[in-house]
Amino acid sequence: MRRETPQRLSDYGPLAFPAIMLTVFFVIPFGTMIAVSFFQRQQGGFYTPAFVFSNYERFLSLFFAHVLGFSLMLAVLVAVCCVAIGVPFTYLLTRMSRRAQIVWMVALLSVLSLSEVIIGFAWSTLLSRTAGITNLMVTLGLMDKAVALSPGFPAVLTAMVYQALPYTILVLYPALVRLDPTLTEAARTLGASPLKAFFTVVVPALRTTILATLIMVFIFALGSYLLPQILGRPQHWTLSVLITDQAIYQSNMPFAAAMAVFLVLVTLGMVALTLFAGRKREETA
Amino acid sequence: MSTFLRRFYFALVGLFLAAPLIVVAGVSVNAKQTLAFPPQGFSLSWYADIFIDAGWRNALFASLILAILSAALAVAIALPLSWFLWRRIAPWANVFQILGIAPFTLPPVITALGLLTFWATTGFYGQPWTAVISHAIFFVTLPLVTLSLGFTAIDRSLVEAAATMGANDRTIFRTVVLPLITPYLVSGYAFAFVLSLNEYIVAYMTVGFTMETLPIKIFNALRYGYTPTMASVTVLFVVLAAVIYSLIARFGDLLKLLGANSEEQS
Repeated sequence: MRRETPQRLSDYGPLAFPAIMLTVFFVIPFGTMIAVSFFQRQQGGFYTPAFVFSNYERFLSLFFAHVLGFSLMLAVLVAVCCVAIGVPFTYLLTRMSRRAQIVWMVALLSVLSLSEVIIGFAWSTLLSRTAGITNLMVTLGLMDKAVALSPGFPAVLTAMVYQALPYTILVLYPALVRLDPTLTEAARTLGASPLKAFFTVVVPALRTTILATLIMVFIFALGSYLLPQILGRPQHWTLSVLITDQAIYQSNMPFAAAMAVFLVLVTLGMVALTLFAGRKREETA
Repeated sequence: MSTFLRRFYFALVGLFLAAPLIVVAGVSVNAKQTLAFPPQGFSLSWYADIFIDAGWRNALFASLILAILSAALAVAIALPLSWFLWRRIAPWANVFQILGIAPFTLPPVITALGLLTFWATTGFYGQPWTAVISHAIFFVTLPLVTLSLGFTAIDRSLVEAAATMGANDRTIFRTVVLPLITPYLVSGYAFAFVLSLNEYIVAYMTVGFTMETLPIKIFNALRYGYTPTMASVTVLFVVLAAVIYSLIARFGDLLKLLGANSEEQS
């Protein structure tokens, strides 16, 4: 059956339920949040309708600039680490048998599904003094006594790479699995070593894919709201953590909403950049 | 040599992915109430605790019910939408496709905060059913993506044949389309189910003060007192996710769902 333009009003019937649900429970809440970001905060966690910019003015502080700078820096670092580990991994994965690929994918999906709470708990245990990796070092005679490795910046970074790596691999997979295998074969026939073929043929062919993946992982990492809180010190808190904190513990909804709107703008800017990179790839292809 | 390097690299990544889970699994079998690793003694009582302790059991059931219902609602939203986009030419309707993908693409805290302000404004804040709707909207992306993939895989000449024989839309949907997209329907449901089970921030911001799901319970335990039950619940969740994804791989084409070419071609 060919696709047809809707003829009668009843042809639109199936669209009604999804359209209503998405409008009422996504578009309207989103609008509510934007409205609240302009509201006036009252004592005791309440807020009254108003149109003030004071919630946005609070951004213009050194503290906020620091949080924003740290959030962006952390997200960039996570994205770079994940792509650096993920590109060679995914490339090699796509060259394995289907069976091996399925096993790895089930494992990656399982880790990706894990709650941030669980990832935070697992890493805080792994890095703790009582149950941590340092106990293993002591047993092996590499260290004198067990120490706590969290909270701290390395702990936050490691856990966030852990959280984002399966996502990175899944984003890279479709592009890499469709990569023409004759490309590397040609390079190998001409005498390039596998490593050289990878860096001189595969990586340049995937330049825009890698760029798009970097941006997607960056957005994913910006959304991390618990790991900096569980594994870091207050100076390691990101924008997402701060939003949660303001909304729930400080009961300052208008300020939390203003920060969320700001985070949306940053994210949308990044999505636009991704689409732009994608378009450029199509042009060059 | 290069085979050795590859194996070594895969072992390293595998170890990185498994290490925290190995430690947690070790902690979960401690004999006493300590988070020691390597475990001191061996006991499975912390696994029994998930079902015996009223707090953990209630949280488990709350999470399961939430995941079952919200994944069903997500599929109920995604199925008519993706069918419509496949059957009709209506470019503006793609707006709803974008709306369905947006909540999952944006940082989760944004969707969570939007829903929090919405439920607070409408006065339903804290009602358990608000979490079902919130999760359904948050995870509608997953069935939407798998179903769109399923619809593009349908050979239109099959449907055309049925139409030529006089079948109407309803009959075609029931006898031709539905059987063809069932694997995609099931995997979309399964993805939404597993992620809803693990979701924390949306659940916390909508019903966090009235209802405890398992991730909320684990987070509270993280703040107010560690117990090895947290570890046993974690192991249970990892195993559950692995089983569900293995079933998808067993009965469907997991690699195709993830973007590879179909089985016959490779």
